[in-house]
Amino acid sequence: MTELKRTPLYDLHNELGAKMVPFAGYDMPVQYPLGVMKEHQHTREAAGVFDVSHMGQVILSGESWDHVARSFESLVPMDVLGLEDGRQRYGMFTNDAGGIEDDLMFARRGNDLFVVVNAACKDADIARMKAALEPEIMVAAITDRALIAVQGPGAEAAVAGMDPAAADMTFMDVRDLSLDGVDVWASRSGYTGEDGYEISAPEDQADALTRALLALDGVEAIGLGARDSLRLEAGLCLYGHDIDAETNPVEGALNWAIQKVRRNGGDRAGGFPGADVVLAAFENGASRKRVGLQPEGRAPMREGVEVFDAAEGGHHVGTVTSGGFGPTTGGPVAMGYISIDHSKIGTPLWGEVRGKRMPLSVAKLPFVAANFKR
Amino acid sequence: MKFTEEHEWLRVEGDEVVVGITIHAAEQLGDVVFVELPDEGLTVSKDDEVVVIESVKAASDILAPIDGEITEVNGTLTDNPSAVNEDAQGEAWFFKMKPSDPSQMDEFMDEAGYQKFIG
Repeated sequence: MTELKRTPLYDLHNELGAKMVPFAGYDMPVQYPLGVMKEHQHTREAAGVFDVSHMGQVILSGESWDHVARSFESLVPMDVLGLEDGRQRYGMFTNDAGGIEDDLMFARRGNDLFVVVNAACKDADIARMKAALEPEIMVAAITDRALIAVQGPGAEAAVAGMDPAAADMTFMDVRDLSLDGVDVWASRSGYTGEDGYEISAPEDQADALTRALLALDGVEAIGLGARDSLRLEAGLCLYGHDIDAETNPVEGALNWAIQKVRRNGGDRAGGFPGADVVLAAFENGASRKRVGLQPEGRAPMREGVEVFDAAEGGHHVGTVTSGGFGPTTGGPVAMGYISIDHSKIGTPLWGEVRGKRMPLSVAKLPFVAANFKR
Repeated sequence: MKFTEEHEWLRVEGDEVVVGITIHAAEQLGDVVFVELPDEGLTVSKDDEVVVIESVKAASDILAPIDGEITEVNGTLTDNPSAVNEDAQGEAWFFKMKPSDPSQMDEFMDEAGYQKFIG
């Protein structure tokens, strides 16, 4: 086994008493002494700081914004060209079969494109971008910066207390800030369904900045365990589980992320890997769809639970792809792929847990309403 | 109180034995969110899976530590599973059983032995 990589906050995690686990090749904090449940609730009620430095940060640059944006559009089904300076969007890399190779956030910083990708996919993503876009576009993996998320209703007070300009940002804005003397690239976004920021900071200053944030009232360190339950309640996909190379964006209920200009009839329709499959799915619909699943009892239904249309016998209609206990909803929550004819909200279904069929129903996502600053 | 290598505790109460999990086990599990208890009156053999316990992290089974009959279950855990984290070796017992062979308990550890076992 290869040695686990460490983020610039590794020493801090240990000092805080974190339980460290291997995740995507990194030694990461799954929880702190507070525990997953309290960390989750704290983030919804106050503010949490997450180390997400394992994620990939990449900058694409070229002769002009137009050139960079049009080049990136050859890899993603999003409207990149229409992105205003200082704004961010959700996106995904597709493959020739229309499947999703990774999901990502991309932001315009002047004429550059700043892309944040998943840790487990970052090597493949960087190789994909380099192969497709170099040498006309420069693809630079940023390996000397940490990424710190500050999430929750108290995030604005925490970050804006260090740089008041943070308060002027709205959801999906990006801006350079100076936090406690550290020059950072901040976006007003995250992966919890709460208001908050993701902050890219130079690696040698990340520890001091994180300690300064944690020293503020109402700010706690939050591990990957709570990050997962927060994003699940928020209805957000975990790559490799809720979406993967075998699921296309329409099946993944991510139609909203593909702007009209890239769909049939749009000025720049298609032109990304698997466009024929994805655009056909828009026209004809998909045979299955990612939906929320609300177990009726208290038993969590986790990834891999098979879903049926009857309490006994009947047909297999889908599979849970993420599931667990939602600390904010106070009960189990799940999402998964369900055949399209059983995917209407409210449809009663059964999930098989330990050989027993337990009732659940198709539910609206998110389970907990988003709390963004629009 | 006696302790098993499966991180259960047993306390003799008259001709019954009360069974729960140790504080150490509860800490390892993390926040408990769901407990499924057996039916009262069920006859079980040592190592039968009798309780399902789910934490925020994963599902685990609790095994019958000895042969016998389940005489009572702690139904309050169904509504308040977090009691397992709060008072694992007190209020949050799982079930009581009538042992068919009390000598099966002889092999279990005492508190000092268990503390040594978890090191």
